[in-house]
Amino acid sequence: MSLLEARDLVVRYGRSRPALDGATCAVRGGELLAVVGPNGSGKTTLVRVLSGLLRPERGEVAVDGRLLTHWKRPELAGVLAVVPQGEAVTFPLRVDETVMLGRYARLGPLAAPGAGDRAAVAEALARCDVSALADRTIDTLSGGEWQRVRLARALAQQPRVLVLDEPTTSLDVRHEMELFELVRRLVDGGLAGLVITHHINLAARYADRMLLLCAGRVAGEGPPATVLREDILRAVFDWPLAVTAWGDGSPQVVPLRPHESGGR
Amino acid sequence: MRPARVAGLLALVVVSLALGLGAGTVPLAPGEVWRGLWSPDAPASAIVRELRLPRVLLAFLVGGSLAVCGAALQAMIRNPLAEPYLLGLSGGAGLGAVVALASRAAGPWAVPVAAFVGALAAVGLVYRLSIVAGRRLDPRILLLSGVVVGAFAGALMSAIIVLSDAPTVRNAFLWLLGGFSAASWQSLAVFAAYAVLPLAALGLSARALDLVALGDEPAHHLGADVDRVRRLVYLCTALLTAASVAACGIIGFVGLVVPHAARTLARPLHRTLLPLVFVGGGSFLVLADVVSRTVARPLELPVGVVTALVGVPIFAILLRRSVA
Repeated sequence: MSLLEARDLVVRYGRSRPALDGATCAVRGGELLAVVGPNGSGKTTLVRVLSGLLRPERGEVAVDGRLLTHWKRPELAGVLAVVPQGEAVTFPLRVDETVMLGRYARLGPLAAPGAGDRAAVAEALARCDVSALADRTIDTLSGGEWQRVRLARALAQQPRVLVLDEPTTSLDVRHEMELFELVRRLVDGGLAGLVITHHINLAARYADRMLLLCAGRVAGEGPPATVLREDILRAVFDWPLAVTAWGDGSPQVVPLRPHESGGR
Repeated sequence: MRPARVAGLLALVVVSLALGLGAGTVPLAPGEVWRGLWSPDAPASAIVRELRLPRVLLAFLVGGSLAVCGAALQAMIRNPLAEPYLLGLSGGAGLGAVVALASRAAGPWAVPVAAFVGALAAVGLVYRLSIVAGRRLDPRILLLSGVVVGAFAGALMSAIIVLSDAPTVRNAFLWLLGGFSAASWQSLAVFAAYAVLPLAALGLSARALDLVALGDEPAHHLGADVDRVRRLVYLCTALLTAASVAACGIIGFVGLVVPHAARTLARPLHRTLLPLVFVGGGSFLVLADVVSRTVARPLELPVGVVTALVGVPIFAILLRRSVA
């Protein structure tokens, strides 16, 4: 059964054309779904709807078989963890305090964190390889460290579904790879993973399935080899591309210069 | 917080309360204050028990409440420059007071009640404006609406003051600048009755404030009902600020300076921050009141003048430090 499922989502901001127009997706435990598509294709809107931040005009979202509208906020945070795109820091906490925020949905208004909460925080810190940073304040972290801390905070929620929105923006190659490796390990451990990314080639190597969005509609869905086809990609991105294969068999997309494709 | 800092904080409270009970038109030595507190026959008993004790306790409660309001609002709109008066409350409350004074409304409670009504009306207007601008309450629009409503109330206030006769103008100005000279056990009881519920509600929301301080989206994902928290914070701070204005007029900068200072002493987690801010704000306002009573004896400076004179430089220093 799918842990996260969305059917026929329609979302409209104001009177403009719909940001999502009949999008459907599903993720099972132990599976990583990569959502790709051009700017403005509805990727971030999809995350906002999946996490209950935005109510769709039409369509429904189910988490663990239960409609999103039937979940209470704190309860949902114990099943579905989302790492949103950017996050401004106004009052810098320490890394361990930040990760403990992931436990808040399970704590009463007065109860102090118990041994179980501290263990979950320690485990999340260790899995994201940030235990050594526990005493640092977050305004002293590098971009890669901060991103791993935010992922640790999501893991401290002990979720079954993990959603990441552009987790590698502004990260260099090493940190980018480390983050994808980490996400892949977590998914192999049983989590259902959904990652939104501009890195089509990394997505093709790490994800089990891909969802290609274009103008709020699903332009392709399935294993990377079936989604990343030259004709579909050319139409979606409105740019000439070639698709080759990497040694492991995963398709890799190479954008072409105009003269390489014989003019646009 | 380290034990040494807790001890230092307790010492600050004790010293400020002792100074608050000793200082005034008739200066009292600590021994006299002590005897006056415990023995009804002591010479200083009447001054200490009937005048200074309610005054000091009211100043402490108001200071603590304003500081807690500042901390909660700063978390809610994620801006360390937020404080109760940015909600337009000072303008609304001042306008209410000025209207009551200018119309020579009868009864000792007419002015405070009018201030309370004016403050609540201003809050309601700010709230309305921020909702109309978008269906959700946008923190930035909230700030802007507060400033605009405050400016509008200020203009009306100036017009009424200019068009009224001289004694009215003097009274209105004194009210606007804030003070505890009219403090009594009755005003203390009224304020405490208003303050206890909002203070408790904010205290119970400490964790939610930690989450909301991250931003709406992360807070939502971590399990907070952001809109509910925001409404609660807004209502509680409005009640506390309006009750403060009703009890002792307009006193600014407590809600701005004290949370800043507290964040340099303790972790910015609200479970520790809110109690610290309450105690710090209470002590700060008691000490400011001491200065207001002693610096130009036998005249009293409005305590709002003292908090502004002390608060603005401290705020400037803190601001520079936080930017650097």
